[in-house]
Amino acid sequence: MKIDDLLPQLFPNGHDIAFDGDYFAGPAGDVAVIGTRDRAAIGAALSHRMAGEVLRICRDHPGRPILLLVDTLGQKMSRRDETICLNAYIAHLAKCLDHARGRGHRIIGLVYGEAVSAGFLSSSMLADACYALPEAEVKVMNLPAMSRVTKIPLERLEELSQSSAVFAPGVENYIAMGAVRGIWEGDLAACLERALAEDPGPDTRRTLGEQRGGRTLARRVSADVRGDAA
Amino acid sequence: MTSWLEATARERIAGLLDPGSFTEFVPPEARITSPHLAQLNQPAAFDDGVAVGRGTLEGAPMLIAAQEGAFMGGAVGEVHGAKITGLLERALDERAPVLLLLESGGVRLHEANAGLIAVSEIMRAILALRGAGVPVIVLNGGRVGVFGGMGIATCLCDRLIMSEDARLGLSGPEVIETTMGVEEFDAADRALVWRVTGGKNRAIFGEAVLVPDDIAAFRAAIRLDPVPLDVEAEHALLGARLDRFGAAEDALDIWADLGIETPARLPLLDTDDFLSAIEGKLA
Amino acid sequence: MERLEYEFDGGAPVAPRNRPTLTGVLGSGNLEVLVEPADLGGRVRVEVQTAAVGFGAIWQAVLADVFARWQVGDIRVSINDAGATPAVVALRLDQALSDHTGGGA
Repeated sequence: MKIDDLLPQLFPNGHDIAFDGDYFAGPAGDVAVIGTRDRAAIGAALSHRMAGEVLRICRDHPGRPILLLVDTLGQKMSRRDETICLNAYIAHLAKCLDHARGRGHRIIGLVYGEAVSAGFLSSSMLADACYALPEAEVKVMNLPAMSRVTKIPLERLEELSQSSAVFAPGVENYIAMGAVRGIWEGDLAACLERALAEDPGPDTRRTLGEQRGGRTLARRVSADVRGDAA
Repeated sequence: MTSWLEATARERIAGLLDPGSFTEFVPPEARITSPHLAQLNQPAAFDDGVAVGRGTLEGAPMLIAAQEGAFMGGAVGEVHGAKITGLLERALDERAPVLLLLESGGVRLHEANAGLIAVSEIMRAILALRGAGVPVIVLNGGRVGVFGGMGIATCLCDRLIMSEDARLGLSGPEVIETTMGVEEFDAADRALVWRVTGGKNRAIFGEAVLVPDDIAAFRAAIRLDPVPLDVEAEHALLGARLDRFGAAEDALDIWADLGIETPARLPLLDTDDFLSAIEGKLA
Repeated sequence: MERLEYEFDGGAPVAPRNRPTLTGVLGSGNLEVLVEPADLGGRVRVEVQTAAVGFGAIWQAVLADVFARWQVGDIRVSINDAGATPAVVALRLDQALSDHTGGGA
């Protein structure tokens, strides 16, 4: 969905979100919105700007929930950004979101366009809960590129992706594996309200993935390592 | 001297910890292997490419994980990632310091979704430890370096100890070249690759403590006092870096801008001479 | 992928208290070898999981040679192989048995 179509549905009472290129931010009622559009590449400058907005919200509006609306094709592929340590900038955004969480800000992620690889890692995946629209695209890599890198025939990958959630693109796979909590359809404002009312609790994605049958080992193996105190 | 670069993950653990002190959790004989590899005709390792456990360092108890770069480039799959997350969560329970001996190309494509989610669980678990003041130290000296999501996770930790042979980045040079073209990044130019991603450039930016390629040097550089996280100060620092160096064409220009004399010689210096050359000139 | 199984007569049983040992890494052209004590009446059982299909006879020959030299029994040997040459296999098995028994051949 285009952001211009999405915002009125999420905020029927209006908003004060301001756009600057592929970045946008601003308040909508009691919610602070931070996002990107047009499949933005997450580079050092963009992630630094998003982190700055998170810190500003913590200072100026303590406790205000944060909604991340990130449409991204992934991290920016740039020699200059890598030279100044792009991962430190994306890690900084993660630290700022966690800082906000620690100060009582609820953090909700909604994938409304694309969420790819490190662009997803640095945004909605760090939320207390991540949701998606039905037409959202979530992936690490498309199958033809995956076939080239792994040297596994494309036909084989396509065939396996019918029965396995583990590698192929698709929001339904991320739901099965517990990373996407649910799909928002119909009254999106009501969906947002319900999500904000839920108790965030700890990281429950492994448990969800196990219950939904998409990720059957992660919870058990991590629990074995955590509890193997003998 | 025992080379970190040449050692396997298990040799690194043995060389780092007090002799005989390592106890592994979910060890190889438990055969908790990846269930996703066989259908793609990939052999699965008994430990899924990472050893996790506990031991002591000069008598002090700690938890430790070591990724094996020779197995699928140290890439993170479902089991591999869950072992690291479980270890980090155990560290929170026990308030025990963690040593992460990382060597990873990022997410394992054969189980890409599970790997990506696992990396985000690792990130959340590291952030919880930072919040609780339990130190997490990354040691990066392997041939693969640390890239992708594990490169982000690395920058969440208290400290990074790195050799000049090691690399740290987000997208690998080959991926950038394939996606953006050789003008953006010539991945065959090894000197360029190391100027961008290598231990020396990361040390100049204060992201890493540089040590020689020697297991004893890595051990001697470990400090276990937690580093307080000040997000406002970090924001200012990264903003200043972006303003001053974000448009720099080459690391050499940055090093010259910092007042380092004849920056072109930096890649040739051994660790001690390099550290003298950049003293007081960090970005 | 191919799974192969072998048994050999073995020899002197290794100490049942020996801890399992893992030797080598599963990198390209390499293999990892897990050696565990097992009550097999003095025999040796070997399981091979290999990416290279159709080399069963060569595995049989290399393994028979190694265990004829070592004369150890009551062990279970599990191998994951990513296309190692017979020379590398023999070398790694010697290393693995040495690691497990705490001494040279």
